[in-house]
Amino acid sequence: MASKSNIARFIIILLALGFLYLPIATLIVYSFNESKMVTIWTGFSFKWYVALFNNSQIIHAVGISLLVAFLTACASVVIGTLAAFVLVRVRKFKGESAFVLFMTAPMILPEVITGLALLLLFVTLGDFIPLFSDRGVFAIWIAHVTFCSAYTTVVVRSRFRELDISIEEAAMDLGAGPIKVFFAIILPAIMPAEVAAFLLSFTMSMDDLVITSFIAGPDSTTLPMVVFSSVRRGLSPEINALATIIVLIVSIFTFFAWLSMVRKQKRMAADAAKAKKATKLEEQGTLYNHQ
Amino acid sequence: MSMGFSANMSFIRRAFRKSKPKVISVSTHQNTWRDYALILVPYLWMILFFLLPFLIIFKISLSVTQIAIPPYSPIVTFEEGAMQIILHLENYTNIFTDPEGTYWRSYLKSIEVAFFSTFFCLIIGYPLAWALATSKPAIRNVVFMLIIMPSWTSFVVRIYAWMTIMKKDGLINDLLIHFGIIDSPITMLQTDFAVYVGIVYCYLPYMVLPLFSALMKVDYSLIEAAYDLGCKPVKTFFTTLVPQTKSGIVAGSMLVFIPALGEYVIPELLGGKGSILIGRVLWQEFFNNRDWPLASAVAITMLLILTIPIIWFYKIERKEQEGAYGK
Repeated sequence: MASKSNIARFIIILLALGFLYLPIATLIVYSFNESKMVTIWTGFSFKWYVALFNNSQIIHAVGISLLVAFLTACASVVIGTLAAFVLVRVRKFKGESAFVLFMTAPMILPEVITGLALLLLFVTLGDFIPLFSDRGVFAIWIAHVTFCSAYTTVVVRSRFRELDISIEEAAMDLGAGPIKVFFAIILPAIMPAEVAAFLLSFTMSMDDLVITSFIAGPDSTTLPMVVFSSVRRGLSPEINALATIIVLIVSIFTFFAWLSMVRKQKRMAADAAKAKKATKLEEQGTLYNHQ
Repeated sequence: MSMGFSANMSFIRRAFRKSKPKVISVSTHQNTWRDYALILVPYLWMILFFLLPFLIIFKISLSVTQIAIPPYSPIVTFEEGAMQIILHLENYTNIFTDPEGTYWRSYLKSIEVAFFSTFFCLIIGYPLAWALATSKPAIRNVVFMLIIMPSWTSFVVRIYAWMTIMKKDGLINDLLIHFGIIDSPITMLQTDFAVYVGIVYCYLPYMVLPLFSALMKVDYSLIEAAYDLGCKPVKTFFTTLVPQTKSGIVAGSMLVFIPALGEYVIPELLGGKGSILIGRVLWQEFFNNRDWPLASAVAITMLLILTIPIIWFYKIERKEQEGAYGK
């Protein structure tokens, strides 16, 4: 029985990973293909990588995307932390459920709706504040922060909930002000979540196509927009090379994420074992005392 | 797309935590003006950049297109000292009475595609989530990361990869012809089949994560008990596993259904002329026809269709949170 379900499990996981990685593997293999025909193998070559780095349109778009992603990640971590703090530490307040709905909705709404909504807002605001009607990096940044902070809130909130409030109260009793408490106690404790939230909003901002297409004006084309328009025109081997580089970077980060997850679980297991041992000793001690 | 994944970060954390977390006591804490100042920043941000835009969409959906900047008619006008408010309902009546039926047909088509994609994700995702939840922790960690990793790479690039695989002289046709299974290439690209493959491929992780978190909490001794009492596997599945993982099933299904309904990139790149989904219609009205009021009306109608699934998802999420944290 047990071995039967082991085999089933193995086959399911193998099939699923095959499905998930077949397209990625194909892209990587063909990125080294010499032929311009994307799917006919003629020989090993780095020429598409050279072509990629000489493509000024792509390089320019990478620059804009990196800038927007960095600014977005910084701002959405700050807003997400504030929102998480509010949701966990502040007692029920008026309009709390509306607040929760605002924070969850951007994550699941179809992107065409969010994109259209933000564009129309910027056009309306542009009458009063010209910065919005430029539809440049600033407008894209605002749009990205709006949907990314929904995600950072979720990530930081789940870490916030594990914190022990009595440590903060102790610090307050000893005379630390709220700002000191935040930087000396809360921030170090939620740091892993802040890093995760930063990386997450960075990737999402880098990757967003639909919302950005609505917002961006002709001078601020981001990387996904360039990729999309070149893919729409037909297959292009340079995109294979670009994909391979993206996969390489993401897998390095995934590896570290996996490493920190394993470490955390080990630490938790070790703590649990220690606690168990301590209770056992205590019990023995009580028994001894009773005798 | 590219969204949704970390909607599940909370699911993941909940799943990996064996015992209930300490319930934080907030009873001694009184809200001060400082707390309200803190609430204000994210609250105002969301009202300004999330609620207000929807009111503006609604307003613009009640105007008509005109050649101007911005390209829609004003709703409120002043003429000879009289204020006039003109609300045009044409956009909405157009959607439902258009003689060719482009709009309501594309709504139905979108609901159909989103529904079946959700169904396929569920029947592929459930066994996978089960395999993941019942594996040894070391294997589970690795496979878990491998399942999430593709969603961190570029979304457009992943769709592009399927174009290379499914085209006429692509990998699948080449292999099938090479092994003599077929004689002439099958048309896969620009069909509904390709759209389904694309959606299932991109949204599968969002289905698997909540299911996985639900399956981690299942009491597997119940299943053994059911077997011992002579229950058939299929019946055991529907009477023990399904009820215990209901929240995961609903959450995962909504995380696929809601964004899939408005999907634009996948049908645009993989679908054919027949895959006119509502996301594509909205995009065309906006970018090609520059009819902003009609695009807004299409968006508002789509939102109305999504109200029920969104509320359903929201309720399940809240219940889960309260159950797990006791706030």
